[in-house]
Amino acid sequence: MAQTKYLAHHFTDLEQQSESAKMGMWLFLLTEILLFGGVFVAYAIYRAWHPETFINAHRFLDVRLGTINTIVLIVSSLTIALAIRDMQLDRRKQCMRNLIITILLAGVFLVIKYFEYSHKFHVGMLPGKFYTFDGIEGTNPHIFFSIYFLLTGIHGLHIIIGMSLIAWMLLKVKKGHFSSNYFVPIEAVGLYWHLVDLIWIFLFPLLYLIG
Amino acid sequence: MENSSNHTNYLNATKGIWSWLTTVDHKRIGMMYLGFIIFSFMLGGFFAICVRLELFTPNGDLFKDGNQYNTFFTLHGIVMVFLFIIPSIPAAIGNFVLPQMVGALDVAFPRLNLLSFYIYLVGATLALAVLISGGVDTGWTFYTPYSSSIGGPVIATGLAVFILGFSSILTGLNFIVTIHKLRLPGITWFNMPLFLWGMYATSVIQVLATPVIGITMVLLVFERVAGVGIFDASMGGDPVLYQHFFWFYSHPAVYIMILPAMAIISELVATFSQKRIFGYKAIAYSSVAIALFSFLVWGHHMFTSGQSRFAALVFSFLTFFVAVPSAIKVFNWVATMYKGSISLKTPMMYALSFLSLFTIGGLTGLFLGTLATDIHLHDTYFVVAHFHYVMFGGTVIAFIGGLHYWWPKFTGKMFNEFWGQVGAWGVFIGFNLTFMPQFLAGFRGMPRRYYEYDPSFEIFNQLSTIGALTLAVSFTIVGINLLVSIFKGAKAPKNPWNSLSIEWQTESPPVTENYATTPDLTYGPYDYDKRQAARAEG
Repeated sequence: MAQTKYLAHHFTDLEQQSESAKMGMWLFLLTEILLFGGVFVAYAIYRAWHPETFINAHRFLDVRLGTINTIVLIVSSLTIALAIRDMQLDRRKQCMRNLIITILLAGVFLVIKYFEYSHKFHVGMLPGKFYTFDGIEGTNPHIFFSIYFLLTGIHGLHIIIGMSLIAWMLLKVKKGHFSSNYFVPIEAVGLYWHLVDLIWIFLFPLLYLIG
Repeated sequence: MENSSNHTNYLNATKGIWSWLTTVDHKRIGMMYLGFIIFSFMLGGFFAICVRLELFTPNGDLFKDGNQYNTFFTLHGIVMVFLFIIPSIPAAIGNFVLPQMVGALDVAFPRLNLLSFYIYLVGATLALAVLISGGVDTGWTFYTPYSSSIGGPVIATGLAVFILGFSSILTGLNFIVTIHKLRLPGITWFNMPLFLWGMYATSVIQVLATPVIGITMVLLVFERVAGVGIFDASMGGDPVLYQHFFWFYSHPAVYIMILPAMAIISELVATFSQKRIFGYKAIAYSSVAIALFSFLVWGHHMFTSGQSRFAALVFSFLTFFVAVPSAIKVFNWVATMYKGSISLKTPMMYALSFLSLFTIGGLTGLFLGTLATDIHLHDTYFVVAHFHYVMFGGTVIAFIGGLHYWWPKFTGKMFNEFWGQVGAWGVFIGFNLTFMPQFLAGFRGMPRRYYEYDPSFEIFNQLSTIGALTLAVSFTIVGINLLVSIFKGAKAPKNPWNSLSIEWQTESPPVTENYATTPDLTYGPYDYDKRQAARAEG
């Protein structure tokens, strides 16, 4: 029976087990949304207080790079979804390939982010008291960059965590831990990755496209 | 302890310290939590006693200076809130009892449960490291701009709170999924012990509110490290925003503390009255209602902070709503006792203490929720007395009551009833002696967190300090009584309190997978009337 190999002792069947796992993951995602919620609220308040500054400061973000990164992440969401589909059909090889592509795309995202960050560091568009750039009109331009770095930084951290989780899944697929009978951990990581993607889809217009 | 029972149970199934440290058994994890939680309680209590001794006289004479005093009350707050009360009932008692009540072998994610315990240990260790390295004196609220500008290990403390929050989230998540997915067929939402409803509501708040304190602490850390300025008025930021963030978690956190207490009281009152709980659905829904309202009232901590008058009005208005479900519960518990066959065993003594103390705590909350009176009472000892009546008179009393109630199940031993009664009376008297005078001192204007005070408040403070010492002695009696029972107590039967809740059907202490046979669901958890009728028929 394929059931027993994967079934933890305290569940009665695999359906109960995978439903529990998915529910747990959804709850965890909820906590992630609330975590980001704090910074989004800060964004809303300071944009309302310093509307001019936000408009002026956002022009210094690179829309082209932001757009590329958005596309990169959306494609990576597709590839992880395909990886899950592959596992449902017991196509282990294709699943691994799609997971690898997802990790690579996440890497591309981080490299592009690195170039964006290093440019900002270079010209002194730094958060808070380290802000030295001169040339943005409006009150307290450093606040915009505080929020920019907080939001994209925490998001970037999630990308790194996501990459590690996907790499872990890759390892497990390689070792043959999953089959079409049981692949709920990949699904859970997939859910997490979609959320990370989704948060970027909110960050991108709020930071890059407010003109 | 290993020789104490003649059946194989969760305590003696496997041996050695390593088998405990790597266990995924919810009962063992619960017991490990219990140990650390009680240690935290003693530590927090020690700080409280120091503060009370300092306040015995109007002059500052015990501590080196006011800063040291500030450090002590801060550590008292941090240890009691984050290391003791928040995990107390859910992580220790809940962990043990909740899976048994749903008839499961374990929680939904046993390894995650162990992980959350270790996360708690890491957070607690960090908090203790702060304490050893000199402590912080911000108060447990870490208000900016003070917390973002002073020296001392504020960052480490913030991280400790962040980490402890993570542990709390994982416990809540585990409980929600367990209640949803692991109930035995036959245990329905409206046929399960009310303890589960209380824990469910608690868990929802843990999952939804705790991330916000997480991000708040992250922002505070960045405020200090990188000077991001969002809480700094001189940089275009807003310190009041910090207060909003902080209380958005910390008000619901108050309900993370009190809802589990209410959950325990429902069990105690029904069992020791041997009567069907009055208004099951009302109690169940009121738990959920309290959880929902808890997210809408945070601004009542900030009436004097300069938030808009309109906001203050709305928050005040909503605050009164919380009183409704709380009162519904109290009335239902009292109605349950009406014409019941009440036995005043030790756990029931704590339940009765809870009823009176929580009612006082709740009603004085209404004084503070009223805008005009709050201006007078804000930041006085009235506030201190109010929240101690709820947190201590409510949660701690219920925790100790629950501890006595499930003690035979936890350990397989009965505690000494006489000393149990002595402890319960001592705690009740000591508590009132400590905090009742604080209402009076506060009402007459004694501010909280002051190192020295006007001599006219001396009598209240002296009574309060004597009360605190009475509490310390009483808790020592409680502790010794429970400890002694492990070695010398009579062997506990399966169901010493004659309860219908299914966790009493298994052995005391339970076998590793909770039940040797599927529990008998002939009677629901509160079907005392049906059982009596069946017995009368013979």
